[in-house]
Amino acid sequence: MSTLGDATTRSLVSPAALSRPRGKFFYWTALGIAAAVFAFVFAFPLYWMAASGLKGTQEAIQSPPTWFPKHLVFSNYANAWKQLDIAKLLLNTLVYAGGALAFQLVFSVAAAFSLSKLRPVFGNVVLFLMLATLMVPASVLVLPTYLTVLNLPLLHVNLINSPWAIWLPSVANGFNIFILKRFFDSLPEELLSAAAVDGAGPVRTLWSIVLPMSRPILGVVSIFAVVAVWKDFLWPLLVLNTPAHYSINIGLYQLSGTEAQNVLIAALTLSSLPMIAFFLIFQRHIMSGLTAGALKG
Amino acid sequence: MATLNLTPARAYELAPTRRRRAPLHTRARRHVTGYLFLAGALFCFGFFSWYPIGREMAMSFQGDIQTGHATWVGLANFRHITNDTQFWTAWKASIAFTGLALVLGYAMPFAVAVAINEFRHLRGYFRLLVYLPVMMPPVAAAVLWKYFYTPGQAGMFNAVLHVLHLPMSNWTQSANTTVVMLSLVLFSTWSNMGGATLVYLAALQDIPGELYESAELAGAGVLRKIWHVTIPQTRIILSLMFVLQIVATMQVFMEPFILTGGGPEGKTTSVVFLIYEYAFHFFNYGGAAALSALLLVVLAVFGGAYIWLSNRADRA
Repeated sequence: MSTLGDATTRSLVSPAALSRPRGKFFYWTALGIAAAVFAFVFAFPLYWMAASGLKGTQEAIQSPPTWFPKHLVFSNYANAWKQLDIAKLLLNTLVYAGGALAFQLVFSVAAAFSLSKLRPVFGNVVLFLMLATLMVPASVLVLPTYLTVLNLPLLHVNLINSPWAIWLPSVANGFNIFILKRFFDSLPEELLSAAAVDGAGPVRTLWSIVLPMSRPILGVVSIFAVVAVWKDFLWPLLVLNTPAHYSINIGLYQLSGTEAQNVLIAALTLSSLPMIAFFLIFQRHIMSGLTAGALKG
Repeated sequence: MATLNLTPARAYELAPTRRRRAPLHTRARRHVTGYLFLAGALFCFGFFSWYPIGREMAMSFQGDIQTGHATWVGLANFRHITNDTQFWTAWKASIAFTGLALVLGYAMPFAVAVAINEFRHLRGYFRLLVYLPVMMPPVAAAVLWKYFYTPGQAGMFNAVLHVLHLPMSNWTQSANTTVVMLSLVLFSTWSNMGGATLVYLAALQDIPGELYESAELAGAGVLRKIWHVTIPQTRIILSLMFVLQIVATMQVFMEPFILTGGGPEGKTTSVVFLIYEYAFHFFNYGGAAALSALLLVVLAVFGGAYIWLSNRADRA
């Protein structure tokens, strides 16, 4: 292989060692073993999931289990989709994630822009208070935040079972302010002054000058916003407590105690598919966004 | 000579970069605009972060909170929870989970990333597979693993062990707490390691090849290259991920909640799990708030370490 021992991608094993016959043998053996181990550890459980969803009710709980379904029962998937209403759970989650994304983008970007470029009086105090919340993880605040959502002070509204209970708390994220403000700080001051001279107001400057330059960082914020809603369990468990409002995680948790094993596993498969498909399509963007966020944030 | 003022009027005032102050009304307008831009975030931080933080602190010193007529009770909540035998068990559970997760979940992604980085082929395949579990809804992954962990021969893990003629286990239903805890950590590592692996892979790509070359000229083998080049070059990201992982795993809740229900005998009821029980089973809001306050103090130390480290990373 021409790429083997290529000097441009140098790492632990030297290219010279790789180009020797013994080195080549070890390389291909190690690659084969690693590929097999990865398939077993990460793909095999998912195969088991998809296959168990195709088993009959008896076969699914049989001991020892079968490696391949004897009779393919496709109706499990149909039942899971219709009776367990996986579509509704996924749609709810989409609404929660989409709203959280929109509110975080609008509010966090505006706030970070203000703190970075407009710098109003006491802006530093506000910034400090926002960043200080980074030291307080969400799980230690579940009870007081839950009580707040139950009866919002001053406004006296109850947000339980409303998407607002997911959307608004998601904006109170110091990390967004932190990475956005730092990015805005790095934009050249002259560019913004020039826009101001040309008669652009702050909204226009933000919209047509700052935002187009901020695509990578906005990508990072967006991915984190969606992933956070997709992964959250404790908070939606508390604030979404009627089936019509369940997110995917809460819906699956509530179903897990009551449904037949084969139908439930079919439901697990169905609920995993959209995100995996989404990931496959946008793989490159998501990967670069995630790593950029972790390295630079 | 008459000075010509060629600077046209600005539509709005940016924050002053030089020591010349703009006229009062322009400055006032900048402050007002600034706070208009901040309004949405201030609302959300105020209601869903700052106010709950204050309320959390107050509640840890209050009794009769659910009646709506809270009274100050001093340290009574803290005395109550520390006298609960479950208190120390919960801390032990969270610390055991965090410790085991450091051994397994912290070392594993780095080792995997270093190994993948050596291959010139199939990188996309490795990256995709390790990240697949991260994309599943976490509860779907946990419920799936609950079936994998079924004792006897019915579960997938025992079926595989049986085929390989290895001893089987009761996994999450074992009487041995260490086995139960390991089962939880194993699941957690499987479902979360993809993210860290990708981050390390990106960091490894940034190591200049010349460093390996010169290490080689100095006669270093693979292990010494890892120790003298790979680890020092990824030091900052390694320490950031270390702190982040401790903060995340000290808050473990979903894994024991779904896989063990806190058992056997409450031995895997973590601190956050116990907060949940105090608050939503026993309706002891004061106790839940006091326990949260203790967890907050512990985690704030690590949160501070993260901020300090990432500031250092900035300067580096």
